[in-house]
Order: sequence, then structure tokens, then C-alpha cells
Amino acid sequence: MTASFLILALLTVAGTAAAMGLRNAVHCVLALTLGFAGIAALYLQLGAQFVGLAQIMVYVGAVAILAVFAIMMTHKPGQAEASVFSSHWIAGGVVAAAVFAVLAWAIASSEAVFQLLPPQPDVTVQKIGDALMHRFVLPLEIMGLLLTAALIGAVVIAMDRKEETK
Amino acid sequence: MSSLQGYLLLSALLFAVGLAGALTRRNAILVLIGIELMLNSANLNFIAFWRYGPAPAALTGIMFAIFSIGIAAAEAAVGLAIILAAYRHSGTTDLDEMNSLKG
Repeated sequence: MTASFLILALLTVAGTAAAMGLRNAVHCVLALTLGFAGIAALYLQLGAQFVGLAQIMVYVGAVAILAVFAIMMTHKPGQAEASVFSSHWIAGGVVAAAVFAVLAWAIASSEAVFQLLPPQPDVTVQKIGDALMHRFVLPLEIMGLLLTAALIGAVVIAMDRKEETK
Repeated sequence: MSSLQGYLLLSALLFAVGLAGALTRRNAILVLIGIELMLNSANLNFIAFWRYGPAPAALTGIMFAIFSIGIAAAEAAVGLAIILAAYRHSGTTDLDEMNSLKG
């Protein structure tokens, strides 16, 4: 439990909590990028450099931009919302608090968490590439297929059908 | 408190924040973002268990996290496309107003 971990954890929790609580949706996504960057810094602290940089590229770079685009495309100017929370927000908050309580209780009472930190493994990008090309080559291929299908599917779903009928 | 416990507690807290957002926000896009947050907290668990696990040289935790990030990216793209299609159909992203299954 080092000071850097505490600072990063505080930053991450503050960013994500602001992302889920702010009123303006664009501000929410901006706060969310702070939370994602904090998680990426935690990955770097844990010694997973490749995953940390992938996190920055995918989440801060792509997913947040995609969300901002979607918010801007669906935004109606002059729209005065009564509340940003749904009518069932009390039940949702209670469920989330209960889930956190159960998880925290399980973590606190587990004996598996008192492991000592093993020595830092030497994780180079070359080793990750070797593993992806040998042991994990089938999941890699399936991932490529999935991403292609998601790309085509997203375009087909979001396409404006009015053009076809003309 | 050991440091693995700290990471696990942080991950549980992120999961709870994402779940609270997904269950309480009215904007469909922010509900999707809450789901992304829950996926991220699971990734943090993968990396923490990989680092503190008995065989970090096997890279399994890193591989799981990389594939999980890829799947989350695909999910975000398709989810936002569905929200855009629903918005074009019903004219709103407010989940309290999206209450009809037909037309």
C-alpha cells in the first residue's frame, strides 16, 4: 500500500464517480477519461506496460471519442431535463451499494490476498507477441473475426435506412 | 492490508460505481459507459491477480486483459450503434421514455 497507489486510486475513483454523477453528459465523458487514465497508470504500476498503453489507446483514445460523438449526435439543444437519474434511482443505488458490500466482505475475509509480491517478471513486447503468435493464436484469430463482425454490424445497425427506400 | 487487497477493493469500488451508473442514469449512452467501467474493473482484477499470482511469467493475465479490452471495444461500438438506431427511431435517449417494445 504505497502513496502512489493511494493517489492513483483516489484519482480513478474521483474520475469515475464524477463520470457517473455529473449533469452534463460531455463533462461525464471528460471525467471518464480521467478515470480510464488512472486505471492505465495502475496497470503501469503493476508492471503491465503493454496493457496500460493499450488501455490509453483503446479507452481514452477510441471509446471516449466514440461516446462524445454519440452524445453530440443525440443532443437536443434547449432540452431541460428534470433529472439525470431515472425514476428508480433509489433501488439502483441500494443494489450497487449491496454489491460493493458483499464484494468488500469477501475480499476482507479471504485468505488468498495475503500473498507476497513475487519478483517483477520480465514482460517485453516481444514475449507478448510470441505468446500471441504461438499459444494464443486461435483466440487472436477469433478476436480479429469478432472485431470485423462488430465493425460491419455497427455500420449496418447505425445506417440511415431512409436512403434505401427512395 | 496487503497491496493485492487494495487493488481488489479498488476494483470492487469501480465495479459498484459503474453498476450504480448503469442502474440509475437516464441517458442510454451513460448507461453504456457504466457497463464499460464494470468491464474495466474486471480487467484491473485480471492484472492484479496476474502480478501477485504464482506464475507471472506465463503472461496469462495479460493475455486475458488484452482480449477483454478488445471485446469491450467491439461491445462499445455495437452498443453505441444500437443507441443511435434507437434514437433515430424514438427521438430520445432517455431510458424512462423508451417504454414501448413495438413501434
